[in-house]
Order: sequence, then structure tokens, then C-alpha cells
Amino acid sequence: MSAVTGVREAELGLRATRLRPWVLLLALGSLAGAVLLGILIGPVGLPPAGVVKELTNRLPLVSVHSGLSHLDAAIVWQIRVPRVVLAGLVGAMLAMAGASYQGVFRNPLADPYLLGVAAGAGLGVTLAVACLPGRAGWPADLLPLAAFGGALVAVLATYVLGRSGTRSRNTATLILAGVAVAAFFTAVQTYVQQRHADTLRQVYAWILGSLGTAGWHQVALILPYVAASGLALLFHRRLLDVMSLGDEEAASLGIRAARVRLTVVVAATLGTAAAVAVSGLIGFVGIIVPHTVRLIFGSSYRRVLPLSIILGAAFVIVADLIARTALSPAEIPIGVITAFFGAPFFLLVLRRTRSLS
Amino acid sequence: MYRLPRDGRVTARSVRRWKAMIRATRFLREALRKGSPALLRSSGQHNPSEAPGERLTRALFPLLIVAALVAAACGAETSRPAAGTTTPITGEATFPVTVEAANGEVRIERYPERIVSLSPTATEMLFAIGAGDQVVAVDDDSNYPPEAPMTDLSGYEPNVEAIAEFDPDLVVISNDPGDLEKSLEALDIPVILQPAAESLDDTYTQIEQLGVATGHVTEAAELVGSMKSKIQRLVASSPTFDHPLTYYHELDQTYYTATSNTFIGRIYGLLGLRNIADPAKGAASGYPQLSAEYIINADPDVVFLADTNCCGQSAATVAERPGWDEIAAVKTGTVVGLDDDIASRWGPRVVDYLEVVVQALSRLHQGVSS
Repeated sequence: MSAVTGVREAELGLRATRLRPWVLLLALGSLAGAVLLGILIGPVGLPPAGVVKELTNRLPLVSVHSGLSHLDAAIVWQIRVPRVVLAGLVGAMLAMAGASYQGVFRNPLADPYLLGVAAGAGLGVTLAVACLPGRAGWPADLLPLAAFGGALVAVLATYVLGRSGTRSRNTATLILAGVAVAAFFTAVQTYVQQRHADTLRQVYAWILGSLGTAGWHQVALILPYVAASGLALLFHRRLLDVMSLGDEEAASLGIRAARVRLTVVVAATLGTAAAVAVSGLIGFVGIIVPHTVRLIFGSSYRRVLPLSIILGAAFVIVADLIARTALSPAEIPIGVITAFFGAPFFLLVLRRTRSLS
Repeated sequence: MYRLPRDGRVTARSVRRWKAMIRATRFLREALRKGSPALLRSSGQHNPSEAPGERLTRALFPLLIVAALVAAACGAETSRPAAGTTTPITGEATFPVTVEAANGEVRIERYPERIVSLSPTATEMLFAIGAGDQVVAVDDDSNYPPEAPMTDLSGYEPNVEAIAEFDPDLVVISNDPGDLEKSLEALDIPVILQPAAESLDDTYTQIEQLGVATGHVTEAAELVGSMKSKIQRLVASSPTFDHPLTYYHELDQTYYTATSNTFIGRIYGLLGLRNIADPAKGAASGYPQLSAEYIINADPDVVFLADTNCCGQSAATVAERPGWDEIAAVKTGTVVGLDDDIASRWGPRVVDYLEVVVQALSRLHQGVSS
């Protein structure tokens, strides 16, 4: 494998694509900063020293008296910390899924919701809300399950419908099938909503995306998916570099492009479906983070993937911080923040890097 | 959906449109009958050796259709009752009458015998003032009183043609999407618009309006009088606490709430309760979404759940939320489940609503003083 890699690197001139340690440290530093800010700042003004002490108190074998009341301690440990952690996981997942999709589809506009994840999850939630009135006997996390199930059904439909035409090895077919499936699912969702107007608000509150009800429960729910998906995608980072040259070139280097693509898509989709299930749709992260990383640090996936994971987490944590403090104590849907601050920032980076080259 | 021109003229253009629609339907039916994705493969390059993927496609296509049908079926819970026969009662009012509704002066020529209500609140009001016999159809959300003739008419996406089919002589609506009022007026059907009330006075005004419009002026006045006296009595019987109680009124489990600057907030205001949502800057709209940590820190004495039906919330689910076991309302057991419908309407059952609230406060008071 390493010999092959060496040959491949020499051949493709990719040797200068390693992730430099200082870049990694810088990214990790900004993530740590985002986490700290996210935990220290909130709608309720708590003394920073007390919050830090409360956190250290939670470490094993450490016992510090934080001076926070029972209620304040609950706010720190049961509300803020899980919310920051969940925001980080969702951000990391969306950014790496976006980066991977852009790689395997060789399409700069590919985002994690491309293959119908969003529409499927939306329909799943709508059906759950509309058709299971009361939901008394149902598990408490029915909506995440419905979203997850809907997302998987939609992506499966996309894949099966798109594949029958891919003998020409055209990834465009898969993307088009995704568009068609998404349109179909959205149509059904709109129809059901129209029949059950009373569900509109609940469904839209979910679709707009929010981490407002985050708890450790949701963290536990998606952590396995994000971890597995992250490992699988990181494992494929070199192959993604080769894939970016085209299927023919990849084949000439002994890589089965279709197989790599399938693995990457499955990993990214499972993780995205899990993220969507707990946070609703948070737009723009999957596009803006990988592209910003590319523009600043170069387009090798050995840099793009790890940096997207770290910076995607930091970006969503900061966006969520703004969402819950800007109009405190009222909340703003986080999708509004990611687009409102993300889009101008992205344009700025775009202009800067273009004018340099 | 294709709609006939309002004046019912059949033009060459409308005939062309009809034919196009029929053609489209026929194509669709044909495609579905074959059970093949003919829609996707309209260029017609058929490969005789069928790949497994293609077979899967073939299996999947009906599945999608089934999914759509299931989705449709779960919406079809209402049926259209036969048009009721009404015995005309000559009300005490002499028609024509004119009412000053939110949509301006509405003139009603005759005693209405075929009323269509697209507003659940108006439905409750109509039945409470004895005009129920004159109502021939109500919208799909008008679930009270049970004898209301519920149909699949929608108050959110109203279809003029479906409404006109009931041959109404009066239509009551609470919002006017897509210029419904103008369309109905073009058919000479008078429309009364009664938007969501901002205060109890609005409720009383709307009841009196309906009284005039339906020929039940006396009953409407009696209803308003009895509501006023009952509310007065309930407010007087409400216990007093040594400090003003705070409350949180939950609209859904993502912490959307109503400030005191709303109809529901003013009802709580009658009892001297303080709303924890008032500092929310988004309160201008009256319905902000709060942060969980803010609610916990505000430590409300009472939590009202207006999401028991829609979202399956209860005192038990609230207590299970992370951090919520720390707040006063959960500790004292003063998490009050409300009927979503009653809590979101501004009709006669506001009295029942207030009674539930006062009962909860009394229980809390007994617990505090014992």
C-alpha cells in the first residue's frame, strides 16, 4: 500500500499536500476557543470562574467547589455543555460530509443534503407529527427516529433510481435522481402539511434547525454515527485526492472508483442523517466550510477533510452561540446565522484568494 | 388545480386546458399501469438484458406510489356530510343587517340559513349563540362542539369552488389567504372576517357581530354577559400569593411561547401572573422562542403546557427534560396540561380555560399554605 501510495504521490505531484502540524494546531486552537466561548457565554449570565470550576469538578478524581447554585450547575452541565458538544458534532459531520460529496461527485455545489437526506428527513418528521396524534405511547425521541428513517429511505431511493442509468459512469445521473427524489418527497410533505395545517409550526420549527433542546441524550444518539463516519471518511482521504482527477485516472492507478464512491457516500449519508435527526436542517455548513478550507489551505483531501471536521465544528458552535445570545432570551434559528454570517465571509475569502492568484 | 373561470364561461382557452389536463392524466395512468419507470425513461432506449438495478427500480417505483398513498390516507379522516336541512326560524332581528367586521361593512340581505365557518373559534361562537342549526359546513379544524358539521374544507388553503358547492349565504373566516373574500364576494356570498382576538373585548365584539349577522342578537348578548360574570367570579376566587407568581406558557416542545402582549398572555394577566417571556426582544411578535437555560434560570412557579395534544407533552415529559427538575413548577407539581385547542382559540371556552388555571393556582396555594 505504501509503495503504491509513494508512486501515486510522485505521479500526481501530491507530495506537498501533507497537513502541516502548525495548521492543525491552529485549527484545534480555534475549536478550543469556540468551545470555551460557547460554554462561558449564554442567555443567563453566570460567573466565568464558577463555570470553569464547575467543569473541572466534573473531571474524574477532581473535587472543586464551584460556588454555583444547584440550578446554575444544572444550566452549565445539562444545557450548555451538551449543546456545545452537539453543535460541534453536527458541524463536524456536515462539513466532512459536504467535503466528501464534493470529492466523489467532483461537483463544487454538492452538499450533504444533495441525495435527498433533507427531503427524506423532512417527510419522515412530517408524517410522524401528522399521523401519530398524541404520540403518547411512542418513544420520546420519535422525531429523530422518523427523520433518520426518512433520510435513509430517500437516499436509498436516489441510489437505486440513479444507479440504473449509471452504466455510462456518469455521476450526474445520481445527482439528478437525488433532485427528483427530493422534489417528490417535498411534494408529499407539502401535501401532508396542507392536510394537517396544525402541524405546520412544529414541522417548520424542526426544519429551520435548532439545537435548542439539546441534551446528553442527543449527543449519545449521534456520537456513534459521527465517529464511524468520520473514521471511514478520513481513511479515504488519499483516495479522494485521486478520485478528484477523474474515474479513468483513478482506474489507471488500480482504484475502483465506483466502490470508493459508494463507501464514501454511505458513510457520509449515515452520519448526515443522524445529524439531521437531532438538529434539523442547518444549511450552508457543508458547502462553506470545505470550500473555505480549500481556498486557504489548498485542495488536497489530506488537508481538507481533517480541517473541515475541526473548523466545521468550530463554525457551528460559534453560529449557535450567536443564535442563542443575539436576541437573548429569544432564539434565532441557527440556519439563519450560518447563512447570514457564512455567506459574506465566504465571499470575502473568495475575493481575497482570487486577487492573490 | 384547474378552476373554471369565475363567471363560468367556457372559452376556447379553458377547453384547451382541460384537454391538456386529461392527456396528462392519461399518460400518468398509463405509466403507472405498466408499473415501469416510463416517466424516467421517456427517450425509450430499452435495454433487453435487464440489470438488477433496473429490477430494483421497478420494485421501488410502486413503493414510492404506496408511500404517497399512505401519506394521503392519513390525511383523509373527515368526510363530507350530506347538506343538512334547516328549519328557518325567523330571528328577532329584521334583515337586511350590516355588521362592521375586520374586512369592513358587510351587508347580509336575508336571515342566513347556510353558514360556512372556516374558523374553529367562530364555529364555537356560532353554536354557543344558538346559530348552530344554520351552519351547514365547518372547516377540518372545527372539532368543537362535536355536532358541528365538520368537512374537509380548509381554513388555511381554502378552495373557493369547494366552499361555493355548499351554496352558503354567509361565510366566516379568521384569516384571508389568497384573497378568499374577494373571490366569494364575486359570487355574491357575504364574508365576515374575524381575525385572532387580541383581548377579551375583541372576543365579545366578535360574538356580538355574529349575533347580528345570524339573527341571534339576544343570545349573543346573553353569552357575553354570562362570560363576563363568570370570568369576574373566577378572577375573584383566584388565590392571592405573597409574591406575584411567574409562569411559562409553552406552545411547543422547542420552547416557543407567548408573551403577555398576546390574547393568552392577557388572560393570565387577569390573574396577576407574571410572564417570564416578556424580556425576550423577539417579544414584539408576541411569540418568541426561548432558550432552555433562560427558562430554567427564570425558575417559573407555574408551567402551562399548550402542547399536550400536538406534541404529547405532559408534566412527566417536562420533568424528564435535562435540568428542568430544578425549577419551582416541577418541584411543586404545578405543571398544568391544557387542551391545545382551547388554549389556542379565543371563543366562549376561554371561561373553561381560566377555570383550569384558577384550579391549578388554588392547588398550589393549598400546598404552599399547608
